[in-house]
Amino acid sequence: MSPMTITEKILAVHAGKKQVSPGDLLDVRIDFALGNDVTAPLAVKAFQEIGAKKVFHRDRVALVLDHFTPAKDILSAEQCKVLRDFAKTYHLTHFYEGGEAGVEHTLLPEKGLVLPGEVVIGADSHTCTYGAVGAFSTGVGSTDLAAAMTTGKLWFKVPETLRLVYYGKLNPWVSGKDLILFTIGDIGVDGALYQAMEFCGEAIKTLPMSSRFTMANMVIEAGGKNGIFEPDDVTLKYVKPRAKRPYRIYRSDPEAHYAVEREYDVSTINPQVALPHIPSNVKDVRKVGKIEIDQVVIGSCTNGHLDDLRVAAKVLKGKKIAPFVRLIVIPPTPVIYRQAMKEGLFEIFLSAGAVISPPTCGPCLGGYMGILAAGERALATTNRNFRGRMGHIESEVYLSNPAVAAASAVKGRICHPEEVIKRI
Amino acid sequence: MNTEGKIWKFGSDIDTDAIIPARYLSQSDPKELAKHAMEDERPDFIKGVKEGDILVAGKNFGCGSSREHAPIALKAAGVSCIIAKSFARIFYRNGLNLGLPLLESSEASEVIQDGDQVRVNLDTGEITNLTQDKKFSAKPIPAFMQELIADGGLIPHLQKKRVKKK
Repeated sequence: MSPMTITEKILAVHAGKKQVSPGDLLDVRIDFALGNDVTAPLAVKAFQEIGAKKVFHRDRVALVLDHFTPAKDILSAEQCKVLRDFAKTYHLTHFYEGGEAGVEHTLLPEKGLVLPGEVVIGADSHTCTYGAVGAFSTGVGSTDLAAAMTTGKLWFKVPETLRLVYYGKLNPWVSGKDLILFTIGDIGVDGALYQAMEFCGEAIKTLPMSSRFTMANMVIEAGGKNGIFEPDDVTLKYVKPRAKRPYRIYRSDPEAHYAVEREYDVSTINPQVALPHIPSNVKDVRKVGKIEIDQVVIGSCTNGHLDDLRVAAKVLKGKKIAPFVRLIVIPPTPVIYRQAMKEGLFEIFLSAGAVISPPTCGPCLGGYMGILAAGERALATTNRNFRGRMGHIESEVYLSNPAVAAASAVKGRICHPEEVIKRI
Repeated sequence: MNTEGKIWKFGSDIDTDAIIPARYLSQSDPKELAKHAMEDERPDFIKGVKEGDILVAGKNFGCGSSREHAPIALKAAGVSCIIAKSFARIFYRNGLNLGLPLLESSEASEVIQDGDQVRVNLDTGEITNLTQDKKFSAKPIPAFMQELIADGGLIPHLQKKRVKKK
């Protein structure tokens, strides 16, 4: 047998094959499928058109109402109702809304519903996030979700793998967000088109789960099909107490074939900022010049983890945000919300002048809860800075890590956290 | 199967927010979505597009979100085929799943100009620029995908399979 990568191994097992190679078309068994209030209503319609009588497994489909919820308008409320009715009709175990809901890609790992070695699909492009726990996980459209909900299977082409090796010691205030922004800046927004991105190296081993989720989350911004980390002690410490099912650990064979290998010395990477209007337009935060901002958003499936809120609070403690700047903090799940409150982070955010939102994807995609007017500029810890992404077509979005975002809210312009706080 | 129409030309990295902004995603009616297709990117598109027209774009067309509303909006606006240097993978799956043919050809993407009249043979991938009197060949669509497109997309394809089973 030829050696295989972790991605190839997971796909092979789920297609009932001993050996697969890049380019092979496989009928793949799905362990878990996800939809949200924007994408799933179309999937429900397609499901009905297929004439399906039940979902393939009522414990293996999640509907999470997180994008335009709590419902922002009548049309959104109707979309939510379609999903609520569907969940009732087909007795779905995992239907999340209101006080149970959270930003899907933070919520599902937290609940132990997406696990190492699994194949997970979701009708949301950031479904690639779960590669952080060592799953093959990828975004699809609504029609694919309908097919997966019906049959429990989906076709996939085995991707080539791009191996990304990170070594060296991380600089202060640098997290997974900076590593992935730097990487996207290096390879471009289609640098990993149709490919798996496998993250490895000694620097990766030192990253907490929050940073790994952030990195896997943004592989789609390089065109990647999936991003993946080999599970280690850090992964298992996160997964074990949460897992709702048994799972298997896969690792790449030492001799596995990679399409491309790239190495990064992380000691040369400082906090990064992606400038408008494409995530690959990345610069060192010290080199962006004087960019004044109107709004800062801290949250989203990319950077709403407890670690992210903690580092933002560390920067903001005892400080006020600049006049005429809005700071919106969005804890992404009820568990993180409660914990942040218990730890006193809310007190720090509120004293600084922030508004704290309930869990929602809202502003990240220009849905609601912080839309920009023409000519306004936001710095966000989210994942996309496309033209008009957060509101008016003549507004601008910059992307950064939470520490840079918090410091910039205080200064009213994009800055390095060291301008606001001496030491991490 | 052939399709013929006027070309609407776009650049590289056209994202799904440009194809259909999120402010219109509170519903998923194809006709409503079509009214706003490419609205911010190219406001004259929706005013002028006719049934059968063809899109030509650079690399990485449809990058970003997985919203199927994007190919739905283009298809409902009348677009019969998209030719690009490359497609973002989720958009590629979504387009074909909806029965919207997507062809990859770097040469066609570069040479074909806005407003040209173009004919596409979807079976062979042959692209004929009637205005410039030039021919290009695209990478053929995989056989099982052609079957999907011929059935009108993944859903009609699955319906057909279910009927056969019975």
